[in-house]
Amino acid sequence: MGFALLRVLVVATILLGVNYVAWRWLFSLNWYAWWIAIPLVIAETYSLIDVALFGMTMWRARTRPRPPVPEAGLTVDVFITTYNEPIELVADTARAARDIRYPHSTWILDDGARDDMRAAAAELGVGYISRGEEWKGRPLHAKAGNLNNALLSTEGEFLLILDADQVPLPHILDNALGYFADPKVALVQTPQEFGNVATGDPLGSQAPLFYGPIQQGKDGWNAAFFCGSNALLRREALMQLGLTQYVREVERAVLVALRGADRVISRARRTTDPNDVMINAALDEIALAVDTARSSLKQGEPIARVTYDLQQQIDAVSHAMVSFDLHLLEMDLAAIRELDAGAGDPIDVLLDVDSTVDTLAMRQLSPLGALESVQALLRTIDVDRSDEAVPLMPLATISVTEDMATSMRLHGLGWKTVYHHELLAIGLAPEDLGTMLKQRLRWAQGTMQVLLRENPLVQRGMSWAQRLMYFSTMWSYLSGFAAVVYFTAPIVFLCFGVLPVDSNAAEFFLRFLPFMVVNQLLFAVSSRGVSTWRGQQYSLALFPIWIRAVTSAVANVYFNRPLGFVVTSKTRQEGNQWGLVRVQFVLACFLIVSTVIGVTRLVLGVGEPIGTFVNVAWVVFDLVVLSVLIPAARFRGFDSNPEEVSA
Amino acid sequence: MDYTVKDLGGGVAVLSLDGRLNMVSAARLREAVTSTVAKGHVRIAVDLAGVDFMDSSGLGALISGLKTARQAGGDLRIAAPSEQVKLVLQLTNMERVLLAHERAETAFSG
Repeated sequence: MGFALLRVLVVATILLGVNYVAWRWLFSLNWYAWWIAIPLVIAETYSLIDVALFGMTMWRARTRPRPPVPEAGLTVDVFITTYNEPIELVADTARAARDIRYPHSTWILDDGARDDMRAAAAELGVGYISRGEEWKGRPLHAKAGNLNNALLSTEGEFLLILDADQVPLPHILDNALGYFADPKVALVQTPQEFGNVATGDPLGSQAPLFYGPIQQGKDGWNAAFFCGSNALLRREALMQLGLTQYVREVERAVLVALRGADRVISRARRTTDPNDVMINAALDEIALAVDTARSSLKQGEPIARVTYDLQQQIDAVSHAMVSFDLHLLEMDLAAIRELDAGAGDPIDVLLDVDSTVDTLAMRQLSPLGALESVQALLRTIDVDRSDEAVPLMPLATISVTEDMATSMRLHGLGWKTVYHHELLAIGLAPEDLGTMLKQRLRWAQGTMQVLLRENPLVQRGMSWAQRLMYFSTMWSYLSGFAAVVYFTAPIVFLCFGVLPVDSNAAEFFLRFLPFMVVNQLLFAVSSRGVSTWRGQQYSLALFPIWIRAVTSAVANVYFNRPLGFVVTSKTRQEGNQWGLVRVQFVLACFLIVSTVIGVTRLVLGVGEPIGTFVNVAWVVFDLVVLSVLIPAARFRGFDSNPEEVSA
Repeated sequence: MDYTVKDLGGGVAVLSLDGRLNMVSAARLREAVTSTVAKGHVRIAVDLAGVDFMDSSGLGALISGLKTARQAGGDLRIAAPSEQVKLVLQLTNMERVLLAHERAETAFSG
């Protein structure tokens, strides 16, 4: 019954939303104030798409029936990832992990390579893994790299992945492992909830809408995400992913290198002496070989053969150069020998030309080494991925949120995922605003990286519903730009009397109010009585973070700039927190001042009454939203005894 | 590759090389030897202390320098080769043609 109501609300919200937004575009744009009218209607369209995607998610949001009891004898590795968390905290998690009932092996994956962590692991009787020599001087890929490293030195069929601060309950495997009876299931994600959240959740740590209706809705479309912790994975699926990805990356590297080869060769030509016959001849030969490689690839020849043939041709060029050198050398030796015939110190050395050519043409000694850029290019056109520590990277490394990227690729390969809605681990949330903001920024940045690097809408292996489920999450992270418009529009009206909407009040409310009311009803019914107000407040109030996430991800993906990425701290950061929400504070001042101006204009008879009323109401709503930041900035950490929390 | 020439007197000169002795720089070494010989320094000690890499072209230039010096009635000797240069000399058996001396300054005093 509730489910039918939900679907009716979804349809009603979308219909009423289209009715409103279409009317806004076609009949009520105030072209005289296009500079605010156009941004506003775009923001409204953004929100309509957002709510439509939410509706699609809710369409299939259902609680799964309990999975079968897992058969005995499955092998499971429990991984606890840590980088710099306190030893005590990791040890607590490791102890709980060790005591999980279903038989398994527990491992601490220590990216900090700390001796006392290793000692603690030994004391607890759990395994300890840190990075090996092969990672030195190569990209570490943070948590994804840490997990990839551990995957190569363990062998369980299934993996349970836990963040250092997620303490598992003893029945976590008994209750969630059963889903893998379906051989197509690659991932089982369970919720992340936090045990250290104060009354009222001042920092908005809990995500009851996400770890609930949203994940269940995505699950309904076979698109439940991997969220990095409290999740079980099938090793075989990850390995398949690693292999497919390896082939794809090699192919891409080779194609990119071949495409850029002409530029590299002509640059090398410019820096060499045009009269140097030998170098120019060699460059001609290389250019020809690259050309051949390119056209054979275009004709669908396997990449392995093309690169092998290319390397062979390059070796031949190198050989020819060396034999030419040695031929000259032999003639010089002969001439010297003749000179010496009279003198007393004859040179009796003979060159074994064939074997000498072979050794001198080897890659380290080859004369082609003189053309360093060309040499570097040729190294890229090979299949050993010498730039990475390990050729197989099952967990995606394209984003700082490797989890989402990984599950998207799993879906692309046709695997199934499951969201299991039962609390099976209890975590620790950040306890101060600064740490919380960094964490949100990181999630948003990672999500944007995935969107920019592997846009789900064009990933062929996934169904359209799956693509939209991923896109929906990414789309919602663009809300920062819409928020700016929503905050600006009332200020513009109250201060200058400029209305972006060209319509009379009745027409506007007739279209806007039904949409708004049904939309709020949809939220209320979807969340099944759990309060989502905190989440709604934060999604608007943190607009500077969302905007920064988008701009820094664009700079990172397209211009190779660092993200400024920081690992989330599990311990409180001291110091003043107000500076972190400076922008929102200034905005609140603007909103208040504009209200005063708006009311003054009304009193003086300049302002328009209905418009002023609507916009003042709008400002009040905005201020209530922003007010969430006041207790957040004053919050001084979680105390299990609430009476002692200072206000 | 850069080089400097130091006159030790008595027709002896030290030719100090710095950089990679490869396909690109081989021609410069040939020219350097020819012009040094032309100036009357027919006994040339090539100081290889600053050469970290040599390929077949570089080796060819050394032997060609040896020929030039011998044709002028002099000699070319090498000093202080790096491990990589020694390896190339060994691989080609040329260590017997170009005996490596410890120091360029004393290559002709022994």
